[in-house]
Amino acid sequence: MAGLELLSDQGYRLDGRKASELRKVQARTSVFAQADGSAYLEQGNTKALAVVYGPHETRGSRSKSLHDRAVINCQYSMATFSTAERKRRPHGDRKSSEMSLHLKQTFEAAVLTELYPRSQIDIYVKILQADGGNYSACVNAATLALVDAGIPMRDYVCACTAGFVEDTPLADLCHAEESGGGMSLALALLPRNGNIALLQMDARLHQDHLDALIEAAMTACKGLSKVLDGVVRQHLEEVSVLTRD
Amino acid sequence: ALSGTGRSHFFHRGESRARSNKQYIKFSQIDILEDPLIRNVIILQIVLQEVRHRSAPVYKRIKDAIHEKEKHFYTFTNEHHRETFIEREQGESANDRNDRAIRVAAKWYTDHLAKKTDGGSLKVVLLTDDRANKEKAEQYGLIVYRCEEYIKSLIGNPELMDRLALQPDDQNEITGSKLLFPEHLPLSRIQSGIKNGMFLQGTFHANRDNYLEGKVFINREGEEINEVLLQGLQNLNRAVHQDVVAVELFPKERWVAPSSVVLQDDSPNDEDAEEDETENKLKGVPSDPSVLKPTGRVVGIIKRNWRPFCGMLSQSMIKEATRHLFTPADRRIPRIRIETRQAANLVGQRIMVAIDGWPKNSRYPNGHFVKNLGSAGDKETETEVLLLEHDVPHQPFSQAVLSFLPKMPWSITEEDLKVRADLRHLCVCSVDPPGCTDIDDTLHCRELENGNLEVGVHIADVSHFIRPGNALDQEAASRGTTVYLCGKRIDMVPELLSSNLCSLRSNVERLAFSCIWEMNHNAEILKAHFTKSIINSKASLTYAEAQMRIDDGTMKDDITKSLRGLNRLAKILKGRRIAKGALTLSSPEVPFHINSETHDPIDLQSKELKETNSMVEEFMLLANISVAQKIYDEFSECALLRKHPSPPPLNYDILIKAAKSRDLNIHTDSAKALADSLNNATVENFPYFNTLLRILATRCMMQAVYFCSGMDSDFHHYGLASPIYTHFTSPIRRYADIIVHRLLAVAINADSTYPDLMDKHKQSALCNNLNYRHKMAQYAQRASVAFHTQLFFKNKGIINEEGFILFVKKNAIIILIPKFGLEGAVFFDNKDKPSPHLSFDSEGPTLKVEEHTFRMFDKVKVTISLDASNIQHQRIRMALIEPVIPGVSVPVPESEPEAKKPKLDC
Repeated sequence: MAGLELLSDQGYRLDGRKASELRKVQARTSVFAQADGSAYLEQGNTKALAVVYGPHETRGSRSKSLHDRAVINCQYSMATFSTAERKRRPHGDRKSSEMSLHLKQTFEAAVLTELYPRSQIDIYVKILQADGGNYSACVNAATLALVDAGIPMRDYVCACTAGFVEDTPLADLCHAEESGGGMSLALALLPRNGNIALLQMDARLHQDHLDALIEAAMTACKGLSKVLDGVVRQHLEEVSVLTRD
Repeated sequence: ALSGTGRSHFFHRGESRARSNKQYIKFSQIDILEDPLIRNVIILQIVLQEVRHRSAPVYKRIKDAIHEKEKHFYTFTNEHHRETFIEREQGESANDRNDRAIRVAAKWYTDHLAKKTDGGSLKVVLLTDDRANKEKAEQYGLIVYRCEEYIKSLIGNPELMDRLALQPDDQNEITGSKLLFPEHLPLSRIQSGIKNGMFLQGTFHANRDNYLEGKVFINREGEEINEVLLQGLQNLNRAVHQDVVAVELFPKERWVAPSSVVLQDDSPNDEDAEEDETENKLKGVPSDPSVLKPTGRVVGIIKRNWRPFCGMLSQSMIKEATRHLFTPADRRIPRIRIETRQAANLVGQRIMVAIDGWPKNSRYPNGHFVKNLGSAGDKETETEVLLLEHDVPHQPFSQAVLSFLPKMPWSITEEDLKVRADLRHLCVCSVDPPGCTDIDDTLHCRELENGNLEVGVHIADVSHFIRPGNALDQEAASRGTTVYLCGKRIDMVPELLSSNLCSLRSNVERLAFSCIWEMNHNAEILKAHFTKSIINSKASLTYAEAQMRIDDGTMKDDITKSLRGLNRLAKILKGRRIAKGALTLSSPEVPFHINSETHDPIDLQSKELKETNSMVEEFMLLANISVAQKIYDEFSECALLRKHPSPPPLNYDILIKAAKSRDLNIHTDSAKALADSLNNATVENFPYFNTLLRILATRCMMQAVYFCSGMDSDFHHYGLASPIYTHFTSPIRRYADIIVHRLLAVAINADSTYPDLMDKHKQSALCNNLNYRHKMAQYAQRASVAFHTQLFFKNKGIINEEGFILFVKKNAIIILIPKFGLEGAVFFDNKDKPSPHLSFDSEGPTLKVEEHTFRMFDKVKVTISLDASNIQHQRIRMALIEPVIPGVSVPVPESEPEAKKPKLDC
């Protein structure tokens, strides 16, 4: 039978979005009281939770600590109920470890680690529901959690995926689109100066298409940064109203 | 419940501004929609999706209609619109939900238009063939018509009426109540059955010669059984050629050998007659277990692959009847019952018919008339039919395609001179068949200062003119190949390119892609070099002219010297190739001389193979192999190559048996062994025997195919005995060559890549299309030859001729007439008279008719005449003269127009 039509002739995607449209993003910060910072983020049907501890003294062996900056420790995990088939190992598998590493690299580029020598910042992210763009949802949630924890950063880190179907770049892929045979590129951006914190793509793509694809992902990231900024500002407003009383 | 989903839904706004309609039609009504009368249609996204799900060809046609500007077809993405999206309610089936969504969208559109036009001079009409949906929609306040009512309400156009697909509710009256076929299983049960191994999925192929028999090719890997034999109407269970079906295997006791009976469905009446009688013919004949084939029955259809079929109307016996049987031109397709009021006009015409459905109580499928192609027997009509039947795209090139042609007058620019090697000084010439206007290859050969030879093959640089991705490129890719019919050529690229700018004619400057080797006098390649170039051919020769120059000792000019050098090298190359085990095969085809004005066939050309033929061929092979190696080295994942798989040993059975009958042994272990044993297989006083064997060997071969190197691991070309092969030398007439040119150009840094070229999946999809087009082009070519053979014999009357038995069947012998390259069958069982005593032995194979035993390769004498009793399938009829068998053979006809026929050299 016919496969999925990822982009119809009319220019609509499976879920009715246009090629460059993002999924609806909803987020809340300070969802947990115990942690230094926390955030919950929904990007379409992908739901992510991020928790930040620190900066604090390096735990475990001292040898890990760096004399000139803070160590960022990331752990990525997926809830066992996050996927259509129950996950056996919520964390520690090859894919999760790789994702943890990617997150670490992303935030080392964004957090002003040199302000906290010999200390450690822990970022824990968990995917509660996976529907494509897990990495980007994690980055966006972790950014909010870091802001919530009051850790200084160069800029928001906004991440988004982009795919390529029938010569058109698609922004913010959902699960059906990611698994529908196309390719996917993940990009984390510091939107204000346009620096790329991380760019990752596993598939093969002709170089003629790469620029258009990165452009689409960057535009999407810039859109996301506005949303994240709105969330932070609204939270601040709420908090300041409360503390005024 | 399934039939409920069999509709699609269309909005239609009327022809005039005053009225506006919305349509909601069964998807088989596509033929109506394509009529130019129907315009201003809105098609809902939900409808389009359903169509896409159910039938890819219909979906494609609707999409084409949407793209056509004059038709004013629009789509409305109702599922993504805030006001027309609806949630499925509890207890509501997905189907009912969709119907409701359509009604909501229609309602919304009505209101929307009313708002826009202040008071609603535009109305929306919903067309549906679902009764329940129609009632609900009426309650909902919509204007609803059934498709039939709507078409009738338009102008009294009988043709449009005929194009209406029959509705399921109408069918009760057509067919008797008797159930002829077992019910098809629902898709869910088929799928679970396939999963647990109860059923097998495969493509159904009807038998061309026997309408009660067919095969299902199981296209799943790892399955032991890859072919299931189906016999009898009940077991075929309404499968039509090319359908994807699910079959259930019978237990081993019921496995049989395929019957070698030739059987045609030509009962004249429309009645659902008893078929038991004919079916009995298939049974019996217990044969040894080795030839038994798995048998089974169709339990359900997974996907219909119906297309519009060309054919003719067999008018009903009753004069006023509106239901008639339609006989498709393709014998593998069953006859189709259609309803038409213009039967009288359609008799003797070639028409196109589409199948609507095949109810279980009807002997024939039901269909409807699509269009009239012209009167049968007419050369144009027949050509049109065979092009349509073989799916050869033959419309004139569209404006969009032509817009990408280079502007005339065209000349070589400074830029070209800068980037290309200037080879205009070389003494290049082309050698082709006479009358060739698309010259895509030229050659040269000269002696170098160091005593070695430089040989160049220069191929038209088509990829310079056809840039990737534009309309011209897409059209060429879809056509895949130029199709040569008798007296007609259907070009792959527009004529400006094929016969002018890309054609390497003499004494004009042309762009070429050159492959230049340095060789020693032993034809060993020392150096190979590829470059884009500019050449100026010094002469366009025919094979005969080139041969003459080589043979004429007095000619000492450069061209002749070059030809002689090439010829000498070609002989060495050929010798080496044959030593490696390349096969020399034979085909019996004999081309026609066509009268240039009337395009009637005058005479048969005897194809005489000259040395120069094989000279050109040899260098083309060399170039192809060189290029194949180069592009594979450079792009191991996405090189477009051509392979020729070695045939499975079973294929050779008939060849081995045939040779045995003459006490000869054929070894088929390897190509080399086969080539050697073919060379040694001669019978005294029977020089044609070897050719016959080679013809037979050709039939055992597999089809050579294009493939993408990243998708396959077996590259071997069996026939040419080459480990790697591709097509490089005919870019004017084959699209594969254009791709190979592009790959090679990238490999030598003469051009840049583009995404699709490097994508092995797209490459592989392209290969599939090319393979399909090539196969179809070949069939079309053969059909065209067959048609012209008939014309030829029509003019000749009755001819007596000698021939050889090529195959022995159960009730017939297939005879090859070498003089005409003509194949025909002599049947021994006749409907009108008692058939003679026949006994068939499949070991030989031999057939004993009365007292005479026919063996393969026996020489016989037959009369040949044209049997025009069935105008659709006019065929060459052969009747036996010699050996004389009482009651079977016919006396030598007295009027013998060509009595003094030249004796065959055999």
